[in-house]
Amino acid sequence: MLSFILRRFVAMIVTLWLIITVTFFLMHYVPGSPFDRDGQGMNETVQKNLMAHYNLDKPLLVQYGNYLKSLAEFDLGPSIKRPQDTVNSILARGFPVSFQLGIVSLIFAIVGGIALGVVAALRHNRLIDYAATVFAVIGIAVPNFVVATLLIKYFAVKWGLLPTATWGTWKHVILPAAALGAGPLAIITRMTRSNMLEVLNQDYIETARAKGLSPAAIVIKHALRNAILPVVTLLGAMVANVLTGSFVIEKIFAIPGMGKYFVDSINNRDYAVIMGTTVFYSALLIFMMFLVDIVYGIIDPRIKFHAKEG
Amino acid sequence: MSSVPNELFIPMKKENLNSEEIVRPRLSFWQEAWIRLRKNKLAMAGLFIILLMMIMAILGSVISPYSYSDQSLINGNQPPSGEHWFGTDELGRDVFSRIWFGARISLFIGVTAALIDFGIGVVYGGFSGYLGGRADNIMMRIVDILYGVPYLLVVILLMVVMGPGLLTIIVALSATGWLGMARIVRGQVLQLKNSEYVLAARIMGAKAGYIIRRHLLPNTLSIIIVQITFTVPTAIFAEAFLSFLGLGVQAPLASWGVMANDGLPTILSGHWWRLFFPAFFISITMLAFNVLGDGLQDAFDPKQRR
Amino acid sequence: MGKLLEVEDLHVTFQTHGGEVKAVRGVSLALSEGETLAIVGESGCGKSVTAKSIMRLVPEHIGKIKSGSIRLKGRELTTLTEQEMRKIRGKEISMIFQDAMTALNPTITIGEQIMEGIIRHQGISRREAREQAIEILTLVGIANPESRLKQYLHQFSGGMRQRIMIAIALVCKPAILIADEPTTALDVTIQAQIVDLFKQIQKKTGVSIIIITHDLGVVAKIADRVSVMYAGKVVESAPVREIFYNPQHPYTKGLLASMPRLDSDRNMPLTPIPGTPPDLFSPPAGCAFVARCDWALEVCRHHQPAASAFDDQHTVACWLQDPRAKTVKYTLRAATGL
Repeated sequence: MLSFILRRFVAMIVTLWLIITVTFFLMHYVPGSPFDRDGQGMNETVQKNLMAHYNLDKPLLVQYGNYLKSLAEFDLGPSIKRPQDTVNSILARGFPVSFQLGIVSLIFAIVGGIALGVVAALRHNRLIDYAATVFAVIGIAVPNFVVATLLIKYFAVKWGLLPTATWGTWKHVILPAAALGAGPLAIITRMTRSNMLEVLNQDYIETARAKGLSPAAIVIKHALRNAILPVVTLLGAMVANVLTGSFVIEKIFAIPGMGKYFVDSINNRDYAVIMGTTVFYSALLIFMMFLVDIVYGIIDPRIKFHAKEG
Repeated sequence: MSSVPNELFIPMKKENLNSEEIVRPRLSFWQEAWIRLRKNKLAMAGLFIILLMMIMAILGSVISPYSYSDQSLINGNQPPSGEHWFGTDELGRDVFSRIWFGARISLFIGVTAALIDFGIGVVYGGFSGYLGGRADNIMMRIVDILYGVPYLLVVILLMVVMGPGLLTIIVALSATGWLGMARIVRGQVLQLKNSEYVLAARIMGAKAGYIIRRHLLPNTLSIIIVQITFTVPTAIFAEAFLSFLGLGVQAPLASWGVMANDGLPTILSGHWWRLFFPAFFISITMLAFNVLGDGLQDAFDPKQRR
Repeated sequence: MGKLLEVEDLHVTFQTHGGEVKAVRGVSLALSEGETLAIVGESGCGKSVTAKSIMRLVPEHIGKIKSGSIRLKGRELTTLTEQEMRKIRGKEISMIFQDAMTALNPTITIGEQIMEGIIRHQGISRREAREQAIEILTLVGIANPESRLKQYLHQFSGGMRQRIMIAIALVCKPAILIADEPTTALDVTIQAQIVDLFKQIQKKTGVSIIIITHDLGVVAKIADRVSVMYAGKVVESAPVREIFYNPQHPYTKGLLASMPRLDSDRNMPLTPIPGTPPDLFSPPAGCAFVARCDWALEVCRHHQPAASAFDDQHTVACWLQDPRAKTVKYTLRAATGL
């Protein structure tokens, strides 16, 4: 088990390093200097001073070294377009908001998805199964910006039940979280349903029936656990999904989260922020995947067995 | 028993009896999969919609009298009518024409990305599985590490670096898209290499071509086809997402994602058709590919055989 | 009637894309208390379906008990509700399956899997259930049962897994144990251990056993009575000695001839039965074995033979038992050179 964690950890670090390196060099091969596109006709001396200020006049490898060093100290770098800000200060402002939104939508997706998937599987080929399947497919098929717009149009504009946009009270969380969680919810529903159907076909379910257990006991004890186990592996991807989805959702709802700053930095071509945020996002996601692997290893007794053998 | 006539108690003539006769008609793997697929109405509807989309992507510009880029400012933001079936946008461009032009772009992106994934994935995965041992180990470690890279971030990064455009989108989508395919193909090849039925076939002197046709293709191709059916909508979706962030194809080209993004603010102003049609076609295409993929998955599953 | 279990004229069908498959076509069986009945036959002859039908475990949406009766201590099982049936499963009749690896849940401890049946049927506390679980594990020959209870399936060897299956089946002291190919997935040495275990358990608990197998070696060791099945029907039913030393049905004879025996001439080759069983998609009008039978008569092709008593313990379903067949038999043997 320990060597399993260690191997995973090393892979995590290597992946992260790879992303940092690729990001760094890609960003530095963007044609032109980061100050070119300001459109304000900056003179050459100012540009030179700025380059010196951000250490951009040093050889590339030295810059790379400096960057790695500052990353190791959790300093994600400056913002070039907003000199008063650093990536760290932007994250400090945006992350708590995005985190709150992300957690709510994940819980919504996981709880809703598992419940819907299980019910659909238990009523296989009945009305509720079809309804859940259709719902899941629509959830996967409809882009989240469409879901968001529809939610705004009806719940906020037409019926006036919830605020249209921005951030503040718990009421502000509901619509964006629902729009953000709809896709993951659909994916989890689908996976839970198909896992559940497969597990219900296993021999050990027949054994459980042969013991005279009630259908409820069979489902809760024997089927549910084994059907949900693989859903845990989806969590990493779900977090990624919610994270990238937040770019869009935060833009639509004008939520001052990390995603909005990221999109702004893309639109402003603020390369330092793009780079810093990308590294932060990647680190977050990779760490989540790492956690998911470990958690899965703990809750599925079979994994330990394989680790011992391998 | 006594009702049975005595004259039947004579030795039976064996020649008019075919004991090996199998009553159930024998069907090939593909035939049976097709029969199962055809019974799945949802999947067939998906297939039909996809074909229809493709035909309209090709013929849409022929049917419509307007070009996708013709502007006519006096006719801006017209609701759907006999003249403009899906209305017009704020520059007076015909939404119907733009939708089918967008279908071309979106389907092109989806299908091209899927084919590139397929090409790289099959070669990489095939080699990895075929070589086995150390080479396989290293090749798969690389895939594992790349797999950990959040793919939309890579796509965004590449878009920022290379500048928005059709080519960039396809490169960016393929950069990470092939990983899943490589894993699947490698897994299949490995499993097949070690399977007893392939060993048995080889012992009985089956040639490589026969093994590929009889065992490798039905087992691997079915999974690959399903994977492709799911890759196309993912790519279309990613394109819509990028367009939404302003990183999609640039005007006057129109993809569904770009059109939806342009139409977004208008839903509150009442010009619903500007968002509705692109969103509808993205959704219906996604839906069609997904139900077809699901249907194919079920149809190819030998456990579904009855 | 002192019969514990009686199955009479059972018909079971399966719905397929191609139509209806008649998997069991009029099976009758009887099991007395403390007796071991072996059901023998080739793959697909309906052995397992018969067993699952007794437990009413045939999947409802595709399989169906068409007609016939199953009586446990005189109580009709086919008409019971699912809820009533649940009180019988595991308590009155238990079943063990061929492959313990797939038939046990890999993510729940062994102890839990043994105990849940006890708790369900006896309504006792977990501590008492644990006591019983330990007791039953000792009975099936598993050392250190206390610590073993906390382990998972993958931590046991193949033979051990089968012992655990047996433990789970026996823990509520059922009257009948149905074992579906219990030794097929095991090594030969382990097979012998498991067969011995069955005998010991029967001696200790007096449970009646229905064992389904295609291994005549296992049958010879363990069975009191044997029912031979072919294409969804019982073709011959007799005490085990009768089956081995005085088989009547050509199929039984064929089965025996295809099995190596200590007392046969070592140079004599084994004789396989030529051909394959008929497709039960559309079973033949007459005797199902007709195409593979060396002694087949014209009547066999058109009319199904009814079961007739060869003696009071021994029934056979074959036209050769008809008095009118005795005269043809001779010429036929001459014709085939036997």
